[in-house]
Amino acid sequence: MPFFPEEASTFARHVDGLYIFLIAVTAFFSLLIGTLVVVFAIKYHRRSPDEVATEVHESGLLEIVWTVIPFGLVLVMFAWGISVYFRITRPPANAIDIYVIAKQWMWKLQHTDGHREMNELHVPVGVPVRLTMASEDVIHSFYVPAFRFKRDVVPGRFSTAWFEASKPGKYHLFCAEFCGTRHSNMIGWVYAMKPTDYQAWLAGGSPGESLAAAGAKRFVEHACNTCHGDQPGARGPSLAGLFGKQVPLANGQTVVADESYLRESIVNSQARLVAGYPPIMPTFQGLISEEGLLQLVAYIKSLSSAPPAGAATSAAPALSPERKSTRP
Amino acid sequence: MNTSTAPASQRVHYLNASYGVKSWLLTTDHKRIAILYLIGVTVFFAIGGVAAALIRLELLTPAGDVLQAETYNKMFTTHGVMMIFFFMIPGIPGVLGNFLIPLMIGAKDVAFPRLNLLSWYLFMIGGLTALWAVVHGGVDTGWTFYTPYSTVYSNGWVVVTAVGIFISGFSSILTGLNFVVTIHTMRAPGMTWMRMPLFCWGMYATAIIQILGTPVIAITLLLVAAERLFHLGIFDPAQGGDPVLFQHLFWFYSHPAVYLMILPAMAIISELVTAFARKPIFGYKFIAGSSVAIAVLSFLVWGHHMFVSGQSVYAGLVFSFLSFMVAIPSAIKVFNWTATLYKGSVSYQTPLLYALGFIGLFTFGGLTGLMLASLGLDIHVHDTYFIVAHFHYIMVGGTIMAYLGGLHYWWPKISGKLYPEYWSRVSAWVIFIGFNLTFFPQFIVGYLGMPRRYHAYPDEFQVLNVMSTAGASILGIGYVIPLVYFFYSWRYGKDAADNPWGATGLEWETPSPPPTENFPETPVVTGRPYDYRTDEEEKAVV
Amino acid sequence: MSDAHAAAHATPPELRHHFVDLEAQKEASSLGMWMFLVTEVLFFGGMFTAYVVYRASYRRAFEGASNLLDIRLGAFNTAVLILSSLTMVLAVWAASQGKKKLIVLFLLLTMLLGATFLGVKVVEYKQKFDHHEVPGAHFVVPKGLAPQSELFFSLYFCMTGLHALHMIIGIGLLAWLAAKARRGAFTPRYYTPVDMVGLYWHFVDIVWIFLFPLLYLLGRNTL
Ligand code: HEA
Ligand code: HEA
Ligand code: HEC
Ligand code: CUA
Ligand SMILES: [Cu+2]
Repeated sequence: MPFFPEEASTFARHVDGLYIFLIAVTAFFSLLIGTLVVVFAIKYHRRSPDEVATEVHESGLLEIVWTVIPFGLVLVMFAWGISVYFRITRPPANAIDIYVIAKQWMWKLQHTDGHREMNELHVPVGVPVRLTMASEDVIHSFYVPAFRFKRDVVPGRFSTAWFEASKPGKYHLFCAEFCGTRHSNMIGWVYAMKPTDYQAWLAGGSPGESLAAAGAKRFVEHACNTCHGDQPGARGPSLAGLFGKQVPLANGQTVVADESYLRESIVNSQARLVAGYPPIMPTFQGLISEEGLLQLVAYIKSLSSAPPAGAATSAAPALSPERKSTRP
Repeated sequence: MNTSTAPASQRVHYLNASYGVKSWLLTTDHKRIAILYLIGVTVFFAIGGVAAALIRLELLTPAGDVLQAETYNKMFTTHGVMMIFFFMIPGIPGVLGNFLIPLMIGAKDVAFPRLNLLSWYLFMIGGLTALWAVVHGGVDTGWTFYTPYSTVYSNGWVVVTAVGIFISGFSSILTGLNFVVTIHTMRAPGMTWMRMPLFCWGMYATAIIQILGTPVIAITLLLVAAERLFHLGIFDPAQGGDPVLFQHLFWFYSHPAVYLMILPAMAIISELVTAFARKPIFGYKFIAGSSVAIAVLSFLVWGHHMFVSGQSVYAGLVFSFLSFMVAIPSAIKVFNWTATLYKGSVSYQTPLLYALGFIGLFTFGGLTGLMLASLGLDIHVHDTYFIVAHFHYIMVGGTIMAYLGGLHYWWPKISGKLYPEYWSRVSAWVIFIGFNLTFFPQFIVGYLGMPRRYHAYPDEFQVLNVMSTAGASILGIGYVIPLVYFFYSWRYGKDAADNPWGATGLEWETPSPPPTENFPETPVVTGRPYDYRTDEEEKAVV
Repeated sequence: MSDAHAAAHATPPELRHHFVDLEAQKEASSLGMWMFLVTEVLFFGGMFTAYVVYRASYRRAFEGASNLLDIRLGAFNTAVLILSSLTMVLAVWAASQGKKKLIVLFLLLTMLLGATFLGVKVVEYKQKFDHHEVPGAHFVVPKGLAPQSELFFSLYFCMTGLHALHMIIGIGLLAWLAAKARRGAFTPRYYTPVDMVGLYWHFVDIVWIFLFPLLYLLGRNTL
């Protein structure tokens, strides 16, 4: 019977290392206390019914010792814990994107090139993978034990996470947050493949429309282009090159335009108003599905990199690559 | 130590002072109210236990074959709600706190006796409301009521259950308030704070949490109910609400609530350890102070339940750090108890067995809590059986052990009878073994990745689950034994002396069972607590 | 709370049997009342937190919705409540002086002011109903506002509703006191219940003193 799940991601090793250290501390103190109480109980067993114990005087020194030692130990645990945590929370820059939509009770996964999967995810080994996740209903949680990572998918926002598979294989994907009747059926598999196999897998099967291309369509459908069309006198700021930039806000702060910011700008644009623009953008809360939002965000992101394959054929208006002068 | 008074059957005490259902249901005597609580919490424990039995039965096999998925979900919700809100939170304060606080501080009653009775009624009304929901179809949200599942998607009796918990919340608030005022204003002459038994210190710390924490869960559950009824949208992202805000509000109470469940247990252990080692407690001030420290710190760590929910990284850091800090006062207590046994005069009676069990299991369970507080590890084990194992080690291995230990210890005072020593030792061992067999495998299966609240699970987890179910059967039997012999001894037990253990404390200086007014005359306290010195020793010191 | 107040048949008559003397009994009551008010603070605190959080995320929607409240009615009610606190203070003073008639008078005045407050609140609620500004199925997003304005009204109704509930309970307590005062239950030596209900009433007042600026005033005229 195994005591550890497979170590199949780059941080699995670190998590297990921390775990072993914590087991050691736990075992040490549990055994120490357990042994002491049993030994004392036996050694100082009451011999006669009216025997009374000899008094032991309190010791300030002892109290200090057993306050300071645990204190030192927990500082080590804390430091070790956060060092592993930072590894898990900081995605590297060169990650490939995968978009996840959770709904009662299934996982829908989309690769940028348009490949869609249901309850199954194929990823290359040795390449960081970044997940942008949204939920259509309640809270779910994306959990792959072999990768030692999980992340709640909270409705009404994007949740992001990343991992890098280190060993080819087939691993459990669980939904870890209780989400209703068939919570325990919201499971699937992650296939970690050698990069060459992964390329072969991508090549097989016809990718559908890419996310960005679908987003470009929606951009027109929801009439975003009427304000963000980059035509002279457009009422809204240009979105080209926006992703990843610092955006100056009306309240004087600046914010990095990440996925969450883009989402918020669409759903509740007034929360963080771009400096120099009036609050005229309508809110799209409840009007665009989670999938639609992911597509729009993927589209806007695509405007910051090389034009994606789909964009050329899409109905979206051509956008000028340079940003308006209001932006640094 | 007092000499024995006339046999219980020949004198008037609180049990035979009046008869009839009405004399019980309208009583304002704190001792009778304690008995009312004892009946109430036992019933709710049995219901929670039956739900646990069904859970374990279902998990015997990987496929979801015994219960339907929906029924299973209702079972663990019922189990969690009953055990937490209607057994464990009201349990020790309601039963032993009520019975003992006035006795220990030398008062005739609590400060507000009628409020005390009202608290019991609120508790029962709340519990029966929640039970009504269970009978009429149940709730399937888990005891945590996460939104938006609970407010929009679930189709169980969320509102009724929330209202039940809301009502019993007031019971908890009023009990806490009563205890604080009692301890502040009703102490007998000479009973200074530093002479107070540690049990009272623990209950005082508990009461602070009840007063400060409970209103927040009350309003939060009220908002959940209102939101469900009127679509207010406060926690519903579809209307702009924030589900994570709900989690903050929920855990702001529910983390302190876990200390609400452990502080009274620690309070009992402090009493048991000194009584059965016949030795003053080691580090009185540190144990008393650490109770208060735990109560205060407990309000600052709630975010450790939300490490993967999307709160900011820095919030995670702070909450992790503070969670470690809360371990220090717990550690101080454990070390002081251990030191109290050193050079003691230790007698292996049943209450001590439970106390030793508590110290071991709480230490282990508490240390696994530190694993969870380590950010990097919690990402992996959050919402798996590792968590389930952690809290059962503390709550079942810790609190229930202490509760049973305390019940045995004060049973002669409560009932005036002795429980059967042989059977009580047997059951203590059965419970200890069954408990470990049930919950230890859950640590392993949790680290392997089995998520909690799963009705069906992958085959490779079966072996560990079978062990767990086997353990639960033993554990269940272990709990039934005391239930039987307590009932039996109430009627047929041997009469107990006033102070059968040779222990110190005002509660042992009054007859067993005590008269309605507790003490024939108001006691005056002249010395420190837990003074087991014999007369010669005392003279030698002087 | 009523425990400590009710008169039992010991000497002196107001002393309940389990207290040593009246002093201890009074101390217990006021400590108990203060603790109770602490729980009340936390009770409202949960909703204030929610309000502050959402106001920060949806500032414009909240400001817009806040402008739809009738500030004149709100201000009027604030004045009414402050006045009622004054009459309550006077009632306590009258009790401490043993002026039976005055106690009853001031208590009735306080009740009247409380009832006025509630009456105005009913008018305000009615307006909201008529304008479809009550959250739920019949809610219509006010013109020019974001849909999150519904959240504002949700919180508005929860907070003022809970406050109104406290007022209703308060008026009930005042009625009970007035009846007792008429029977001459209070003396300069023993008037703890008047004192305690007074504390409660001031507390409910103070809650409104926070609610009014938060709901009606903040962000007005910034549109
Ligand atoms: C009585 C109940 C109780 C108690 C006392 C505790 C005590 C502690 N708990 Fe536990 N906990 C729960 C009940 C309890 N818990 C429940 C019910 C849940 C799950 C809720 C749910 O999701 O349903 C939970 C979940 C939970 C989590 C969230 C896990 C997750 O969902 O991801 C965390 C994370 O930090 C945690 C940590 C701790 C810590 C650090 C302590 C500490 O206070 C423990 C301190 C004690 C010791 C450390 C032992 C004594 C020490 C020594 C003998 C000396 C050695 C000391 C050192 C080296 C420091 N608990
Ligand atoms: C104080 C709290 C408490 C107690 C005492 C227990 C006791 C037990 N719990 Fe509990 N448990 C929780 C609190 C508690 N639990 C909570 C909060 C959860 C989380 C719920 C959630 O996810 O929302 C949980 C979840 C939980 C799960 C996880 C379910 C899941 O995630 O899918 C499991 C699984 O094994 C379990 C098992 C047990 C067992 C075997 C016992 C045993 O110790 C019980 C043994 C007792 C008996 C078997 C009854 C004894 C019999 C009698 C008294 C006789 C009376 C009977 C008749 C007269 C008919 N519990
Ligand atoms: C009525 C005009 C209008 C429409 C229609 C509109 N927007 Fe906007 N948008 C604006 C204005 C004005 C701003 C800048 C002020 C602000 O932040 O609200 C803006 C800001 C944004 C931003 C943030 C830009 C930045 O520089 O930080 C994004 C992203 C965005 N809009 C996307 C969209 C999308 C996607 C749609 C369609 C679904 C859309 N907008 C429809 C007017 C509009
Ligand atoms: Cu989705 Cu659980
Ligand atoms: Cu906690």
